[in-house]
Amino acid sequence: MNGTVRDRPALGRTPVALVVPSAIGLLLLLVPLAALLVRAPWSTFLDRVRDPAILDALRLSLLTSTVATLLCLVLGVPLAWLLARTTFRGMGLVRALVSVPLVLPPVVGGVALLMAFGRRGVVGQWLDEAFGVTIPFTTAAVVLAQTFVAMPFLVMSVEGALRTADPRYDEVAATLGARRLVTFWRVTLPLAGPGIAAGAALAWARALGEFGATITFAGSVPGVTRTMPLQIYNAMQTDTDTAIMLSVILLAISVAVLVALHSSWTGRAWARRDGLDAA
Amino acid sequence: MTGLDARVVLRRGPLEIDVALAVPPGEVLALVGPNGAGKSSALRALAGLTPIDTGHVALGGTVLEDSETGVRVPVPQRDLTMVFQDPLLFPHLSVRDNVAFGLRHHPGAGRVGRRDARSRADEALARTGLSDLADRKAAHLSGGQRQRVATVRALACDPALLLLDEPTSALDVAITAQVRAFLRRHVREFGGVTVLVSHDPLDAFVLADRVAVLEDGRVTQQGTPDEIARRPRTDYVAHLMGMNLMRDGDVYRTFSPTAVTLYREEPVTSARNLWRLRITSVVPHGDAVRLQLRGPVALVADVTRAAVADLDLHEGVEVWASVKETEVTTFED
Repeated sequence: MNGTVRDRPALGRTPVALVVPSAIGLLLLLVPLAALLVRAPWSTFLDRVRDPAILDALRLSLLTSTVATLLCLVLGVPLAWLLARTTFRGMGLVRALVSVPLVLPPVVGGVALLMAFGRRGVVGQWLDEAFGVTIPFTTAAVVLAQTFVAMPFLVMSVEGALRTADPRYDEVAATLGARRLVTFWRVTLPLAGPGIAAGAALAWARALGEFGATITFAGSVPGVTRTMPLQIYNAMQTDTDTAIMLSVILLAISVAVLVALHSSWTGRAWARRDGLDAA
Repeated sequence: MTGLDARVVLRRGPLEIDVALAVPPGEVLALVGPNGAGKSSALRALAGLTPIDTGHVALGGTVLEDSETGVRVPVPQRDLTMVFQDPLLFPHLSVRDNVAFGLRHHPGAGRVGRRDARSRADEALARTGLSDLADRKAAHLSGGQRQRVATVRALACDPALLLLDEPTSALDVAITAQVRAFLRRHVREFGGVTVLVSHDPLDAFVLADRVAVLEDGRVTQQGTPDEIARRPRTDYVAHLMGMNLMRDGDVYRTFSPTAVTLYREEPVTSARNLWRLRITSVVPHGDAVRLQLRGPVALVADVTRAAVADLDLHEGVEVWASVKETEVTTFED
């Protein structure tokens, strides 16, 4: 930050034409968050939090987003490994497919999930007939919707972490007799650990904030599918103060994730430093 | 046969590498040659890290790879280990666990359990005088310590074949000698086959029982370090040995750069070997100065700094060079 001031004599003044839009952009990010804090009903905050409906929503949100993140890890880390360490036909297609939920409007994702896992859905119909299992409007549907939207965040950041990990460690492990799965568990995963943690934190944050796909696919059943974002939307219709308070809680959780992310990034420094030393 | 028996043919663009090797257990073979001659590619092919285009690799009578039958044993199942140019210690593991890693998984080490692997790793570190480092991570070791640990990690598995890929070239000059001495001590008592690749002749001559010279993908000369040093067959080997080489049919004639005498005027001399040459390079060489000379023959001459000043020797100057016949070693093919 100091650099911009000190660089000025060497390369010329920092252009006003760049500083002004930057400042406006920052304000656009800052003012709404500040407004949230300014208007929060601090005096009645604790009383409102004790509302069982709110506690239910908070508990449901934390539970579903954590389960969704675990699902993302179990399914997404192997997928990221395949993309980073192997070559196969249709790899470009797979990579494109993984990133679709990033650009897809969540509502569309919710409709698509209904078409797949709904009672009359392509898979859902069979699940219903064969096992008597119905997914929509259950907590499982919430988890599925969150996994759907959060998966790209995990796969992309883990793939990035695996790509920057030196593949020569895989070669050394092989010459020491380690089969590929052993190398994956004992070498590749630990080396990519900080990247995986960062990806998991991003995925968790995305799952926590999920709204569109959830309300479409899982509905807004109190205590079952009404997560914090849905509870906020619900509260906005009747009780703005409660909506603001819930928003402040989610904001606090997001900031906490950001801090955790930052420390895991600095935690990655050891891997980078050692990679340099070894090279 | 026991030991390593291989013929490795690799096509790398314009370069075709074709190397045949037969190395009995207990012998250290050094592949030396200029950069880009294909040494490291051949070594990686022996390890199985890159497939061979044509040929075969057999170790202790077991075929590891054969282009005709299509056999190709995956790297982890081959009874070999490799020390790379960079130590590549796993940064998240301690020195002990780095050594134990191979002991737990390598076929030559019998794939022992975690506890056994750790205690055997401690024994291996104790044997090689590295016990002090057991609890440290790679980031807290010096470059020389890391390469020593990498060597112990490879040797502890007791493989049938040990591959060393330029093991001292990434180190500081000051540390190279120590690591080379360490390698000599522990590779010499290793009972399996060792193949070493290096562009540094000292590695080869300190460590190897036999040297194969690889130039442009082919072995141009093979023999004991002594034979190679005394009877170089190519300019590359001669210059590697700091010798001048002249070939006349089947007769090879070598002499040391210090045996060359230079004159500004044509001398009256009894020397039979007298040439008019141009100086193409002048560089310090220890206490002396090394000159490259071109003309009817190409020579390397070492002269004193005083001579450089007295005779005003610099690039582009034409001089007379002579060598006394008594300084020349002659041998036939």
